[in-house]
Amino acid sequence: MNTELADGPIEALTFDLYGETFALEAGLVREVLDLLPETGVPGAPAFVNAVINFRGRVIPLIDLRVAFDMDAREPTIDSRIVVIEHALDGEPTLIGLRADKVHEVTTIHRDITEEAPRVGLRWRADFIRLLARRDGDVIVIPDLDQIFAARGQSTATVTPIHASQA
Amino acid sequence: MSGQDPVEIFRQEAQELFEDIEQGLLDLAHRPGDRDLVDAVFRGLHTLKGSGAMFGFDALAAFTHHCETAFDRVRKGEVAATSELVGAVLACQDHMRALAEGRPAEQADGDALLAELHRVVASAGGGEAAPAPAPAVPGLNTWRVKFSLPANALINGARPLPLLDELRELGECTVVAVTDAVPDFDALVPTQCHLAWDVTLVTQHGRDAIEDVFIFVIDDMTLDIQDMTAAPPEAVEQAVVETAPAAVAAQAAAPEAANEGRAAKAGGDTVRVPAERLDEMMDRVGELVIAQSRLKQLAASSSDIALRAVAEEIERLASEMRDTMMVVRMVPIAQLFGRFRRLIHDLARDTGKTIELSTEGEATELDKTVIERLADPLIHLIRNSADHGLETPEQRIASGKPAAGHIVLAARQSGAEVVITITDDGRGVDRARVRAKAEENGLIQPGQVLSDNELLQLIFAPGFSTAAAITNLSGRGVGMDVVKKTIEGLRGAIEITSTPGHGSVVSLRIPLTLAIIDGLLVRVGTSRYVIPLSSVEECVELSIEQDIRSAGRSLITLRDQLVPFIRLRNMFKTGLAPDPHQKIVVVSTGQERVGLVVDQILGDHQTVIKPLSPFHADVGAFSGATILGDGGVALILDIGSLVAAGQRQDAQLRAAG
Repeated sequence: MNTELADGPIEALTFDLYGETFALEAGLVREVLDLLPETGVPGAPAFVNAVINFRGRVIPLIDLRVAFDMDAREPTIDSRIVVIEHALDGEPTLIGLRADKVHEVTTIHRDITEEAPRVGLRWRADFIRLLARRDGDVIVIPDLDQIFAARGQSTATVTPIHASQA
Repeated sequence: MSGQDPVEIFRQEAQELFEDIEQGLLDLAHRPGDRDLVDAVFRGLHTLKGSGAMFGFDALAAFTHHCETAFDRVRKGEVAATSELVGAVLACQDHMRALAEGRPAEQADGDALLAELHRVVASAGGGEAAPAPAPAVPGLNTWRVKFSLPANALINGARPLPLLDELRELGECTVVAVTDAVPDFDALVPTQCHLAWDVTLVTQHGRDAIEDVFIFVIDDMTLDIQDMTAAPPEAVEQAVVETAPAAVAAQAAAPEAANEGRAAKAGGDTVRVPAERLDEMMDRVGELVIAQSRLKQLAASSSDIALRAVAEEIERLASEMRDTMMVVRMVPIAQLFGRFRRLIHDLARDTGKTIELSTEGEATELDKTVIERLADPLIHLIRNSADHGLETPEQRIASGKPAAGHIVLAARQSGAEVVITITDDGRGVDRARVRAKAEENGLIQPGQVLSDNELLQLIFAPGFSTAAAITNLSGRGVGMDVVKKTIEGLRGAIEITSTPGHGSVVSLRIPLTLAIIDGLLVRVGTSRYVIPLSSVEECVELSIEQDIRSAGRSLITLRDQLVPFIRLRNMFKTGLAPDPHQKIVVVSTGQERVGLVVDQILGDHQTVIKPLSPFHADVGAFSGATILGDGGVALILDIGSLVAAGQRQDAQLRAAG
């Protein structure tokens, strides 16, 4: 998962979080759901504060906005849950990601992508695998391994603490 | 479905055959004369040889062949099934297992086993007077044998020609093919068997010998054997009429026998399904229930009577389906108990003690995964009973007990738990030695006052072993603590009671299943939670006065005992006003109790446990989640950590107060 992307173009599902566009490799995505009744998990961090019933399984619902220091928004008619399959501790696990709006699957060519810059970013640089330029805008391809390992703890300013935690 | 490795299929089949053979052999040790058992073992060995060769297990097939040959002689009555012989075949069977599982097995070992087998067979055949081979029939008998095979016999690998050849070996045969059932050429299916045979056989052998020819196909075929000796050959027609009642009787007996066979089969007639597939099915049922609840809502808001009827029908089906899925995973514990007969056999041999094993409650059902994880702990406990508990025959007689030690393995269901007890009538636990050992190992202080129960529980402490001499069987000081851990890992409990001189009882209390628990569904704020029913002691109301009065100290008096309680609403930060009639659910973990304040008790709920993801593993208060009838998710409370939290809170209050 965290291995270097192949040099070929990336087929990616794009979605919005707080006005920013994110992309996930389409191969990871299992399903895009309308909002479902959620069950809050008391005592769990805001990053993963709920579980949902996805086809008879109880899967965690992750809020990437926490990892990227974005405020939570009230769900709208466009809100969706993107269900992905991702290896957690070596086990393929189904995980739901909150999304404010889901767009199309698009092809991201390698020549428009670049590594996240070290400075000038509000976000933890290690949470971003690649940035892609498109129509003067930027698509963020998050590094889910890093985000999940850090349990979505965002504040990049206190990196040393996170480094020791990771 | 088709993706299964044929070798793996053979191994599974072999596994079953080995179990059948082993059970047969062990039964045979008790009832050496039982022909059915001999036949069953022989058939098992024969099938094993055949399928082994078919799947390329040549070494296994060759080795099995020798055992089969030996057993064939038992079957023919040339050799008696002595316990020595049974032991030798059992030893061979272990070797076969190794061959079947592809474990490295020394050729030399196999040869040694076979040499032993041959020696035993020779001595058993030569020594004791073998039972007479069939009733000795002076002179020749004439038999009329009519048989037909089922239409699909050829597809299943049965071949009529070798059967006829075997009949011919018994004596002079006149074979007439009965072609009545052969259809017109157009309708003829060449792969089906349409022929029947009518054989007149003149032989010195008896009926048994003829039946033996059909031993592998007798379950499915029709076979009619008539003794024609009395009737002169020219009066065959007459004889048929005269012997008709006998024939009718024989035919009447045949279906009965077939029925018996079927009944016996029904017990073991199972489908092998990987556990993941059952889990998948369980998930699908979960989805179905959710879809059904949506349908129900739609139907409720509609005036269409037909739609409502269908919705109700589907609701009923979905709930039945759910119940069925719950029991699909359950298997009788007989599966597990069966394995221990061999263990006892070996233990008796190794210890030189005479041990009898009896089992009770074999029909008790437990979740398949639980059964598998129970095998090792039970082996340990039985070994302990046999090795430490039971005395030698001399000691037993000296203390006025029967020479044979008795171990009883019993299972019974008690609510949502299964209680398994291992009882021996041995010498009982030597308290003084346990104490001395524990002091020596530093587990307790010298002279420390312990209750009898605490003393006995020391046996399960890590690194504890009372065996003065380390035997092959037990006494390595690992074992009992591992047993305890395993049982606790199954959410079970282990207890031991012991009467000096009269034996010990070890009881295991195991939840029926790991996948399903009985729970109490409660509501806190807007969320629902499940409390495992096994830890619920009682429910009481928290009156408003009590609520206000106890605001500072969170303690209630319950039957003259102070019980700390936790307001789940605060703990879970619902941020909502409490219901006016809150309830306290009192839960316990054996010794400690704590009350959980909830807003509402919704009722009991049988629950499929779903694991939580690693993200929520460190939250602590929850041991899993479950999907409710309406598709919502409820978290299952982890009583252990809640009670610990309650105790901490209590301690803080005491310290403060």
